[in-house]
Amino acid sequence: MTEKPIKMPNYGRPRWTLSRYHRYGWFFISFAVLVLALFMLYPIISSLIMSTYSSRGMIQRFVGLGNYQRLLKDRVFLQALKNTLIFFIVQVPIMLLLALLIATLLNNKDIKFRGLFRTGIFLPAVTSLVTYSTLFKMMFSLEGLVNKFLLNIKLISTPIPWLVDPFWAKITVMIAMTWRWTGYNMIFYLSGLQNIPDELYEAAKIDGANAYQQFARITVPLLKPIILFTAITSTIGTLQLFDEPTNFASGGVTAATIGPGNSLLTIAVYIYNLCFKYMPNFGYAATIAYVIVIIVAILSFVQFKLAGERR
Amino acid sequence: MKVKSYFFRCVQYVFLVTAFVLAVFPFYWMVVGTTNSAVDIIKGKITFGDQLIPNLKKLFADYDVGRIFWNSCKVSILTLIGQLLISSMAAYGFEFFASKARERVYRAVLLTMMVPFAALMIPLFRLIVRFHLLDTHTGLILTSLASVFLIFFFRQSYKSFPKEIIQAARVDGAGEFRIFWSIVAPAMKATYAAAAIYSFMTSWNNYMWPLIVLQSNNQKTMQLFVSSLASAYFPEYGVVMNAILISTLPMIVIFFSLQNYFVRGITGSVKQ
Repeated sequence: MTEKPIKMPNYGRPRWTLSRYHRYGWFFISFAVLVLALFMLYPIISSLIMSTYSSRGMIQRFVGLGNYQRLLKDRVFLQALKNTLIFFIVQVPIMLLLALLIATLLNNKDIKFRGLFRTGIFLPAVTSLVTYSTLFKMMFSLEGLVNKFLLNIKLISTPIPWLVDPFWAKITVMIAMTWRWTGYNMIFYLSGLQNIPDELYEAAKIDGANAYQQFARITVPLLKPIILFTAITSTIGTLQLFDEPTNFASGGVTAATIGPGNSLLTIAVYIYNLCFKYMPNFGYAATIAYVIVIIVAILSFVQFKLAGERR
Repeated sequence: MKVKSYFFRCVQYVFLVTAFVLAVFPFYWMVVGTTNSAVDIIKGKITFGDQLIPNLKKLFADYDVGRIFWNSCKVSILTLIGQLLISSMAAYGFEFFASKARERVYRAVLLTMMVPFAALMIPLFRLIVRFHLLDTHTGLILTSLASVFLIFFFRQSYKSFPKEIIQAARVDGAGEFRIFWSIVAPAMKATYAAAAIYSFMTSWNNYMWPLIVLQSNNQKTMQLFVSSLASAYFPEYGVVMNAILISTLPMIVIFFSLQNYFVRGITGSVKQ
């Protein structure tokens, strides 16, 4: 990714001076730099400063690290943190493993209708987070489609309280998320798998490696950069979970509790509530936003380490 | 041995078919749902009904769907044009006018990809309020103009563009902007198409930021509309289904007509 050799190129153009070269260089990136400075850099710094203030409406008070101390005693925050981490720990590994498994199967040239399978399994990724949440909310209603199906095949004897029970509400959202994102991640793996030469697998077969060994010793190590990429993007996505919980909750963003017993309250929803639902406390909300930044940084670091050490 | 491998293949097919059916079924159910009444939907009816016309009539009579759809189109297309122009230019500068200082800027830019939107949201909101852009599409579009991912994506594609062509054009006396505009950009059509799809999909499906910026009903986008319809106290599920279909249809059409670009748009960045 990083290129070192940066020398003044000889473009053979008369009177082409270094300063002209730089002038064009800065000009081409100037618009992006301007917009990023205004809508990216400024907010990042501003919310860091904001996190040292506590505000009630218009009144602001400097509290230093007081907001960060307050976090530890804030039970709503701790619940939101717990909910978010549960989503992350349970859903992300299952989804990525499933995506990897399907991609490996679809990479096998002996399988028929590969294009059809690929298209179908990817299709959920075109839906918006709002629409698929709404769709799944209807499918998982108490007398709805899913319960009816499970009752019919005699897998369960009483309907599962999908969206009524705190435990099942989380499960429902995880099922929906897995539906939406598995095919999306699969596409990354498929494009990575195409770069692995078939000869490698042929050689492994001759040496007597079975399917599992091929998967664990060839596929996973060679796909490591892509697995890392999907793991980190999924981490960032899951820690910011907002659209799904608010649209699964009956009553939407304005509902008193997000999911039964606040079981779907995530950190991002809590930030929204602190800013736009209750009396706004931007300082405290910014503090919580920075907690997400810190968690993302830590988790990404751990994932990098994990990927690096197993070499 | 033969029997075992045959069995193994069967298991693979069963697995793939199950995954396929589970992935596609909700789309079928969405289409069926547009023709059913609220009660039938909530009870999980999976066959076509006769409520399509009443549902549609209700949807179009009670809400200004045309306007909402237009709002979504307008925001997504204007964002797309801005993002493509700004990101492709920036990537061009970073790649073809490389220098130590600009490389440092590039790395700092990439780093911001790791910052979650939640951390930007509050200052962005205050910025919008200060510039009196609350509840305007301008505010929504302006704040979405820079896409770090697209800068990265364009730069990755430029890497494969032969630098000799640019040199040759310079020798022939073409100006820098002409080289960018009429030599490099037209040659990278596939990249632009992929980036366009990515950009359009992201803003079309965006929910959280529009929810914060847009407040009045006649500014709303499709996603906000679907969300508010579905979270009513007594949702008209048949009507909701039609709204869902209308909001998803553009993406499905784009997907099937430009499938290869679409996939490239998503994976282009990770190909080594």
